Amino acid sequence: MDAFLLQILNGLDKGSAYALIALGLTLIFGTLGVVNFAHGALFMIGAFCAVTLQKIFSLSFETVDPEKTDFLGNPLKVKTPYVESWFGPEFGGAIIDWSVPLAILFAIPIMVAVGFIMERGLIKHFYKRPHADQILVTFGLAIVLQEVIKYFYGANPIPTPAPDTLNGVANLGAVIGMDLIYPVWRIVYFCFACLIIGAVFAFLQFTTFGMVVRAGMADRETVGLLGINIDRRFTIMFGIAAAVAGLAGVMYTPINSPNYHMGMDFLVLSFVVVVVGGMGSLPGAVLAGFVLGVLESFASMEWAISLIPGINQIIIYLVAIIILLVRPRGLMGRKGVMED
Amino acid sequence: MFGLDKRDTTLLLIVAGLTIFAPFLLNPFPTDSGLAQFNAGYPDLMQRFVIFGIFAIGFNILFGLTGYLSFGHAAFLGVGSYSAVWMFKLLSMNVLPAIILSVIISGLFALVIGFISLRRSGIYFSILTLAFAQMSFSLAYSVLTPITNGETGLQLTLDDPRVLGVSATADGSIPVTNLFGMEMRSTYHLIVGPWDFQFNMGYYLCALVMIAAFYLSIRIFRSPFGMMLRAVKSNQQRMNYTGLNSKPYTLAAFVISGMYAGLAGGLMASMDPLAGAERMQWTASGEVVLMTILGGAGTLIGPVLGAGFIKYFENIFSKINDNVLHGWFSFLPDGLEDFVVFIIHPFIGKGWHLTLGILFMLVVIYLPGGLVEGGQRIGNWFKGRKKSDAHQSKTNPAE
Repeated sequence: MDAFLLQILNGLDKGSAYALIALGLTLIFGTLGVVNFAHGALFMIGAFCAVTLQKIFSLSFETVDPEKTDFLGNPLKVKTPYVESWFGPEFGGAIIDWSVPLAILFAIPIMVAVGFIMERGLIKHFYKRPHADQILVTFGLAIVLQEVIKYFYGANPIPTPAPDTLNGVANLGAVIGMDLIYPVWRIVYFCFACLIIGAVFAFLQFTTFGMVVRAGMADRETVGLLGINIDRRFTIMFGIAAAVAGLAGVMYTPINSPNYHMGMDFLVLSFVVVVVGGMGSLPGAVLAGFVLGVLESFASMEWAISLIPGINQIIIYLVAIIILLVRPRGLMGRKGVMED
Repeated sequence: MFGLDKRDTTLLLIVAGLTIFAPFLLNPFPTDSGLAQFNAGYPDLMQRFVIFGIFAIGFNILFGLTGYLSFGHAAFLGVGSYSAVWMFKLLSMNVLPAIILSVIISGLFALVIGFISLRRSGIYFSILTLAFAQMSFSLAYSVLTPITNGETGLQLTLDDPRVLGVSATADGSIPVTNLFGMEMRSTYHLIVGPWDFQFNMGYYLCALVMIAAFYLSIRIFRSPFGMMLRAVKSNQQRMNYTGLNSKPYTLAAFVISGMYAGLAGGLMASMDPLAGAERMQWTASGEVVLMTILGGAGTLIGPVLGAGFIKYFENIFSKINDNVLHGWFSFLPDGLEDFVVFIIHPFIGKGWHLTLGILFMLVVIYLPGGLVEGGQRIGNWFKGRKKSDAHQSKTNPAE
C-alpha cells in the first residue's frame, strides 16, 4: 500500500509537467488551430529564465579580506554578491536562495513577450497553410531556439537548487500513520501546477475575456462578425500559453537540472499527452497528463517490469497507440475536431 | 530509355553522371591549397551523401507523393543496420545477403507499423509513427539488449560464428566487409599533379544502389500507382467517393519507403559494420524530414539535393573555426574584422545546427517547394525577363 501511494505521488510531479505543457499546447491548438512543435522550446526557455535570474543574483565582486589568508599566506580574496552588499548578507542571501521561486515573476513578462513575438512574427503567417507546414516551421524554430540557448549557456546541465527550506524531504504519511518519505519540492511543484491549471480554467470560465475566447474557439468566424477583434485575443492566449509552459519550466529546474534539449524530450511526450487527452480539449489534456504520469511511474515498479520487461520505457507510447486506434478523438476530445 | 520519357532519362543520366564522377567533381581544389577544406571527395563523406540520398528518396515516396508526414522513419534505418550487422556476425562478411536481409526485415517492420499507423491521417499519423519509433528506440536501449547490445551498439567480435566466412582472419583481426572478395574499404588514389582523387569500392557500391533506387523512384512517380498516391495527397475523400480504397496504396507506399530506409541502413552498416540505437532516435527522423523539405518534397531530384546539401554543409560548416574566418576577412580593417568574425561565430563550427534551423525555417516560409522550387523561380525569372514583352498577362484557371 505504501509503495502504491508512493508511486502515485511520484507520477504526479512528472504528470504535472506533462499537464502544464499539454495545457499550453491545447490552448494554442484550440484557439489558433496551430500545431506548435516549438512548445517544448518554450518550456526550456522558462527553465533558463530561472538559470539566468540565479546567475544575475549571484553576480559578485571580489574584495581582499585582510584578516584571512589562504594556506600560502597570501591575503584571501572573498567574493560578495552585489545583492548581499546592497541588502545585507541575511536578506541578500535569502534572495539568492529563493531565486527559483522569484524567477516566476521574472519569467512571466519574458514568456508573454516571447509568445507575442512568436505569434505575430511567425505563426500568424501559417494559419492558412496545411498542418504539415505548421509542424515543420515550428520544428525549425525549436531547433533555432535550442541552439541559441546552447550557444549562450553551453551544453551541460546547469544545477539550479530549490530554496533550502524546500529542499528536504517530508514524511507525508505521518498523518495517516504510514511511512511516505517524499521530497518537499515535488509537492510544491504539484501544488503549483494545480494552481496554474486552476487559474487558467477560472480565467477562461469566469471572465468576459475568457468567455469571448471560448466562443472564438467554438466558432471564430461568427465571433469576428460580431465585431470582436478575435485575433488580438488569440494572440494574448498564445502569450498565456507560452507563460504556462515557461512557468512549468521555471519550477521544474530543481527537479532536473536544465539543459538545452530538455524541451525536445518533453515535447514528444506532451504531444502524446495531448493526443491521448483529445486534440483541443483542455480538461482532456490535464487529465491525460496526470494519468500518463502516474501510469509511467506504476510501470517502473518492479512487478510491472518483471511482468513485461521494458514496460516502463514504452508505456506512454503504448497507451497512446491504443487510445488513438480505439478512441480516435482521445479521452475527452470534442466530436469533429481533427477526427479524421 | 528504360521505359522513361526523354526528360526523365536526362535527369537519370545527370544523376548517374554526378554520382559516378563525384570523386572528381567534389574534389575541385588541390590538396595543398587553402581551399582544400572545402573538398568533399573523400570516401566517408561521399558514402554518406549517397546513403542519405537513398534514405531521402524513400522518404519522399511516402511524404512527397501521399502527403503523410512520418516522424519515425529512422526506426527503419536502425532496423536495417541491426539486421545487416547480424548477418555479418552470423553468415559472412559479404554485403549482399546483409543488404537483402536488411531490406526484407525493415519492409516487414514497416508493414506492421504502417498497417496500424495508417488507420489515422494528418497529425495523428505523425504522432503514431513518432510513438512507434520512440518505442523501438527505448526498447533497443533497454530490453532488447541481447539483440542490439544496448548503449554500446552492435559490433563485430572475433568469436562470431560467420558460418560461410571466417571468424577471424589469419593475422587474428576481424575480417572486413566485402562484395565477393572486393573489400568495401579499399580505395584507389589517383594522383594528378596536386590533386588526389579517391575511388572507393564502398562508395561505388552505394552509388550504383542509389542510381538504381533513383530509377525505381522515377518509375514509381510516373506509374499509375504513383498517380493514385498523388490522388491521396490532393483529396483522399474524393478518391474514396469514387469507390477506390486508398489504404492498400498508402500502405504500399509506406512499406516501399520503409524498405528504402532499410536499404540505407544496410548500406550504412556495410560501410562501417556497427549499429547503434541512436540511429533510431526521432532527431534522426527529423533529419530526413529536413533533407526532403529542403531539397523539395514531391520532386524527383529534391531529396537527393537536400541530402547532399545538408551533409556537405554539416561537414564544411563544422570545420570552419575562428582562425579560418580571420583569414578570410583579413582584408577588412582590424576592428571591423573582429566584429564580422564575432557576428558569424555562432553560426559555424558547433553552431551548424543553428544555421540549419534558420535555413530550414526560411525554406518552409518562403520556398515551400525547397531548393528545386528556388531553382525553378530563378530560371523563370531569367526567362521572364527575356520575354516579358511577349507574355505580359497569363490567365489563371479558376479554382
